[in-house]
Amino acid sequence: MHISPVLWQFLVKWLNASALFPREASTIAPYTDALYFFLLLITVVGLVLVGALVFGFSIRYRKAEHPVAIPVEGSTLLEATWTIIPLALFLIVFVWGALLYFRIYTPPANSMNIYVVGKQWMWKAEHPGGQHEINALHVPTGRPIQLTMISQDVFHSFSIPDFRVKREVIPGRYSTVWFEATTPGTYHIFCTQYCGTNHSAMIGEVTVLTPDDYEKWTASSTSGMSLAQNGERLFASMGCNACHSGSATARGPNLAGVYGSKLRLANGSEVLVNDAYLRDAILNPSQHITAGYAPIMPTYQGQISEDGLIDLVEYLKTLKTNYRVQQTLTTTESNQVAPTTPGVVKP
Amino acid sequence: MDNTIVETRPHTHETAVAQEHTHVALPQHRHHFETEQQQREAGTFGMWLFLLTEIMFFGGLFFAYLLYRNWYPAAFVGASNQLSIPLGAFNTAVLIASGFFMALGVWAAEVKKQGLLVLFLVLTTVLGMVFLGVKYVEYHEKWEKHHIPGEHYDVSEFVNPHAYGLKEEPMSPDMAQKTQVFFSLYFAMTGMHALHMIIGICLLVWLTLRARRGEFSSGYVAPIENFGLYWHFVDIVWLFLFPLLYLINRHPGT
Amino acid sequence: MSAAHTILNLPDQSTAALPKKSYINAEDGILSWLFTGDHKRIAILYLISITFFFFIGGAFAGLIRLELLTPQPDLVASDTYNKLFSMHGIIMVFLFLVPSVPATLGNFLVPIMLGAKDLAFPKVNLLSWYLYWIGGLFTLAALVLGGVDTGWTFTTPLSTHYLNTHVVTAATGVFIIGFSSIFTGLNFIVTIHRMRAPGMTWFRMPLFIWSNYAASILMVLGTPVLAITLVLVALERTIGIGVFDPTKGGDPLLFQHLFWFYSHPAVYIMILPGMGVISEVISTFSRKRVFGYTAVAFSSVAIALFGFFVWAHHMFIMGVSNYSALVFSLLTMLVAVPSAIKIFNWAFTLQKGSITFETPMLYAFGFMGLFTIGGMTGVFLGALGMDIHLTETYFIVAHFHFVMVGGMLMAFLAGIHFWWPKMTGRMYSESLSKLAAVTTFIGFNLTFLPQFILGYLGMPRRYHSYPAEFQVLNVLSTAGATVLGVGYMLPLLYLAWSLKYGAIAGNNPWQATGLEWQIQSPPLTENFIETPIVDHEAYDYEWLAHKTEHEVTTVG
Repeated sequence: MHISPVLWQFLVKWLNASALFPREASTIAPYTDALYFFLLLITVVGLVLVGALVFGFSIRYRKAEHPVAIPVEGSTLLEATWTIIPLALFLIVFVWGALLYFRIYTPPANSMNIYVVGKQWMWKAEHPGGQHEINALHVPTGRPIQLTMISQDVFHSFSIPDFRVKREVIPGRYSTVWFEATTPGTYHIFCTQYCGTNHSAMIGEVTVLTPDDYEKWTASSTSGMSLAQNGERLFASMGCNACHSGSATARGPNLAGVYGSKLRLANGSEVLVNDAYLRDAILNPSQHITAGYAPIMPTYQGQISEDGLIDLVEYLKTLKTNYRVQQTLTTTESNQVAPTTPGVVKP
Repeated sequence: MDNTIVETRPHTHETAVAQEHTHVALPQHRHHFETEQQQREAGTFGMWLFLLTEIMFFGGLFFAYLLYRNWYPAAFVGASNQLSIPLGAFNTAVLIASGFFMALGVWAAEVKKQGLLVLFLVLTTVLGMVFLGVKYVEYHEKWEKHHIPGEHYDVSEFVNPHAYGLKEEPMSPDMAQKTQVFFSLYFAMTGMHALHMIIGICLLVWLTLRARRGEFSSGYVAPIENFGLYWHFVDIVWLFLFPLLYLINRHPGT
Repeated sequence: MSAAHTILNLPDQSTAALPKKSYINAEDGILSWLFTGDHKRIAILYLISITFFFFIGGAFAGLIRLELLTPQPDLVASDTYNKLFSMHGIIMVFLFLVPSVPATLGNFLVPIMLGAKDLAFPKVNLLSWYLYWIGGLFTLAALVLGGVDTGWTFTTPLSTHYLNTHVVTAATGVFIIGFSSIFTGLNFIVTIHRMRAPGMTWFRMPLFIWSNYAASILMVLGTPVLAITLVLVALERTIGIGVFDPTKGGDPLLFQHLFWFYSHPAVYIMILPGMGVISEVISTFSRKRVFGYTAVAFSSVAIALFGFFVWAHHMFIMGVSNYSALVFSLLTMLVAVPSAIKIFNWAFTLQKGSITFETPMLYAFGFMGLFTIGGMTGVFLGALGMDIHLTETYFIVAHFHFVMVGGMLMAFLAGIHFWWPKMTGRMYSESLSKLAAVTTFIGFNLTFLPQFILGYLGMPRRYHSYPAEFQVLNVLSTAGATVLGVGYMLPLLYLAWSLKYGAIAGNNPWQATGLEWQIQSPPLTENFIETPIVDHEAYDYEWLAHKTEHEVTTVG
């Protein structure tokens, strides 16, 4: 921005104090507001221009003053002018908007990940350390936070207006958004995609804390196992360890360290193993067969909730060795034989 | 191209060619066309435009088909193998034949042979009904095998084909679930096509009755021609549906 | 001649009378109207019908604004509120805005402006009116049976699996109304191509025709996609065919693509005919040919063409790929340009004209200002990063009300007031109509300008309750809505009154060019006694002056 920062702060504070403008509470908010002010500017200029032309011509050429109209066919120069100038302005807006979009939807590498599950009609936030929140989100200032979100039922949309971020929360796939909060305080969370009866009640609050306060909150609100620990439990109880034991003769590929790597699939393609891939591989394994392995993994569609999937994904993210996997293998009674010709599976 | 008439005198009935498009029960009838040629051209243009809307209508389904076939090729292949090629091919031949007779009907109207026109219209109708009869047989079979998407859908034949005496490779359960999408599209597309056939047959019956009364034997052929366009279009839609639905990945000897 | 401040030229009222024969008294009895093939009668049937539905939709809007006076959900239950905004949207979009200008003014004027006796397919025209009513009855049935609460957008999987309201009934209604729209568009295209009078070349046609032609292309190509999409939703609800169901391998995002593929062009179906009205009105009340006729004509077609390629700008945050987002944002910027071209061409039509400020012109001025704001806020939304903050908030609500109500509805009213004397033979009270125009303008701005602010503050749309800090702006908006309501009731009153007591208008009270003004008011059933031969350009005021000088008798 080329406006003096002091002036900018004053402008924003004044606007906010008058309840006509939202607070800027994230690092991205000033960028959004800058584009907004530019758009407002060209809109006002355009409106004033059109208004001046209309009123000016109406008064100057009103019938009493100008009883005989003079026919004018047109003017190629004028046509070119009001084609090219708006087009140029709109293209500037396009580029600016695109840059802003990529900024908002490209999380930095060191983001702290929090999972959000939306369902009719509430938000569940799950911190990696195991803290669960309903219709609330506690975050520290000064750290980029990435939200990995999914819906359990219909389309929702997670919006924090004071951070200027929003993303659709979709059933069947993860969507992500990131932000870095700058000022401690509480800010609205809204669901902005109409989702049924209590759509307007699907609201909450983001509580932004200083890093120290955030540490205190984390420590005091841990309710037991972290997501990864829960995932480890599920990994064993659902029998994943039987095939993914990590041994050389295992029926399934080794999952330690697989997160973030590039995997070659049986159909020849290469994929990056991220959250979405892991989730999809659990639900639709036949389309995610690692090269060199048989397509024998059963599907867990319908047998595991989104929360469970999040636990498993979080577990796999942190899985570095198979030591504990093999431990659980020998201690759990696993009669999960990998089916070669599965029996009748009810849909 | 159009509008080359220069006459300025008021329109009268002195123009030789009968130009009527009355139906019963419309007391307000106006000769708003200047010439019979204008009326005929407008009618044909209108029918082509309507067919364009039909292309857009079916287009949505074709788009969905392309998308899902791309995503779940194995499911589509497996589900498509459930369809009967002999029945589908027979139906294709039936429709092509009905289109042939429809074209002959248009010719008969143009050369004012009433008897032939009625015959060809009847043949077209009968073949259309044969097509629908075969479709009913196919749908019924799907119903019996629980391959209609919904609560009672059964994937067992895909997951465990050997138990049903089929030589297919077993499909993994999650891919087998996707066969429902194929059948959803199968029923939506062929069902929509069948609906258009039914409408076409109703129109055919009506046109046949009018033809028997001699309405198309004196040079007024526009309804026959324009209906012919519609019938051929319905035919062409089937010609796309058949390979896309029935012939995925079919090799000789499979 | 006429007074210094108006071009209104009424015949001497002491001797004037309505023409003995016209399309109105050509045949008597309600059946002659219900089974008519006359495009003008069908236009009047449509006018009555859409007015009826407009006030139902407007009543729902009133209830919505009433509820939003307070932050708490205290007037109606949540489900009821959801039904209110859904029905408001469905009725206003499909039963009012889409048919508004084409089915009323378009039906009435397109043949006459071309020099034809009727549209190409009068029976198809009548059929389209019956389809409108059958669809409308299905929609009313959905309302009476308990309502539908999917929003006018029928978003899946909410509409397919999570609601037990009358979705299929409402979807059926919209499906049928869609065919009404398709048949209207089809009729216009064939008529414009095949039934122009001798000498009426494409570039001699009034710009009203060009706009309706462009809108008709959209109707014909876009509406069928909505139709099949609704069929798939209905099938998913009834027999479980799961093309959009993720548990069956389907994709709810596919619904979004299919739905918006129609529903974006739909907004151009709604606005283009209104723009056609503006061209006619600005020309007449400036006594000048529209500046840059060719540019305006081509812009109409360009809007229609580009309009087909921007649909995913309704889906920027929904999980479309980044590349898709870029492409659609760029195309959205391109589609904004022809509208800007038109606004400037209209503004420059005023230059060197001779301008008067009768009611149609007031509405046209209102259109110019409000459509500029509405259109520019569209550019806000087309900018990707900006859309993230603004989408799904009241900014969107304000944007589309500015273009649809501030734009389209004002243009519709401009057209009604402009062609009322032609359609009825009567003139309405100029002072009352000016009052209504100003009231509407003030009420509209008061209603919807605060909503832009609410949107940026983050207030989501379709919200029954809201945080208390948003109340002041909501109260302002509701106050405006009250004023707006009054502004819309007034025309109902003075226009109805004019039917019996209004001044006799004569053929050409506005001294306008255009074939429709050269015949009697109201026109004969067959429009022209003799097929006109067109030897002049559109908006040729010199031709008009010459003709008026040499005219001895009046037609009819």
